[in-house]
Amino acid sequence: MPRLKLFLPLAAFVLLSLLLFKGLSLDPTSLPSALVGKPLPDFELEELHSGEILSRQRIIGEPMLVNIWATWCYSCRVEHPYLLELAAQGVQIIGLNYKDDSVKAVGWLKDLGDPYALTLADSEGRLGLDMGVYGAPETYVVDAQGVVQYRHVGVVDAQVWQSLLVAWFPEFRREGVSQ
Amino acid sequence: MRYCRCAIRWLSMIALCTMVMTAQAVIETYEFSDANLERRYHRLSDELRCPKCQNQTIADSNAPIAKDLRFLLHEQLESGASDDDILSFMVARYGEFVRYRPGLDSNTALLWYGPLLLTLVALLALAMHLRGRQSAVSPVEPTEKEREALRARLGESNGGQDSQL
Repeated sequence: MPRLKLFLPLAAFVLLSLLLFKGLSLDPTSLPSALVGKPLPDFELEELHSGEILSRQRIIGEPMLVNIWATWCYSCRVEHPYLLELAAQGVQIIGLNYKDDSVKAVGWLKDLGDPYALTLADSEGRLGLDMGVYGAPETYVVDAQGVVQYRHVGVVDAQVWQSLLVAWFPEFRREGVSQ
Repeated sequence: MRYCRCAIRWLSMIALCTMVMTAQAVIETYEFSDANLERRYHRLSDELRCPKCQNQTIADSNAPIAKDLRFLLHEQLESGASDDDILSFMVARYGEFVRYRPGLDSNTALLWYGPLLLTLVALLALAMHLRGRQSAVSPVEPTEKEREALRARLGESNGGQDSQL
């Protein structure tokens, strides 16, 4: 028994190392969304291009990604080509133009291509606030019933799509989307 | 003359530095209809965490989201919302994370009771240690039977050594 006691510091060290090692692989900036499992909040916002007033009821109906973006957001430019690819495969993507200038936003989509089935112009950031958005880009998975299933903070790329998002889009799972 | 020029250079440098500092401290101010509301504003903005810059309260942070939340906080206070209303509004959007004093649930139980648990463990360890020391120190006279056994063993080991020699 006293022999075993000598190993206590080693055991404590190993435990602490494991704990700290685990801590290294965690991303402290990724927060669980409070919205997961809850319906997408209601809203009334203009469509960026047509100016038509859209509501929650109007956009839900099939599984989709809701992508929060803005022209002031550098990472949005990084993920943009991949969103175009996803849209080309037939993934329904709704854009939420967050705290942005509508003229600039239209120009951006004209220059870089438009992956969005519809784009909501949230220049005040009100819907963003109701969704708990704290930066751009963020991407939400919303199911056919309009319930938020997942939130990804940061750039969406092939790896994120394959490992985190595609689970909610079974029809795209097998073929996959090429890099 | 040279001294004077040097002083002017230093003074203008200091002036430049202070200008930079005032330019950075741009946190908006709000008008309150009631001093009580202002007190609550300061207390709540010190309790709400900025979701973007996670080690700052929304009162400390210059991030756009913190500014939005301060605006919202002011708006809600002026419209007569209670502290609970405001906190649950924030928690519904940003999760318990947004509070520096989160409510007690299964996720935060360790956070709330952890220190108490650690104190208990430490007290227990201390008690065990003290008891161990006491029994080690207290002189216990060997009984006659034990003396006999010791003597026999000493003799035996001496004998063993002798035989080895």
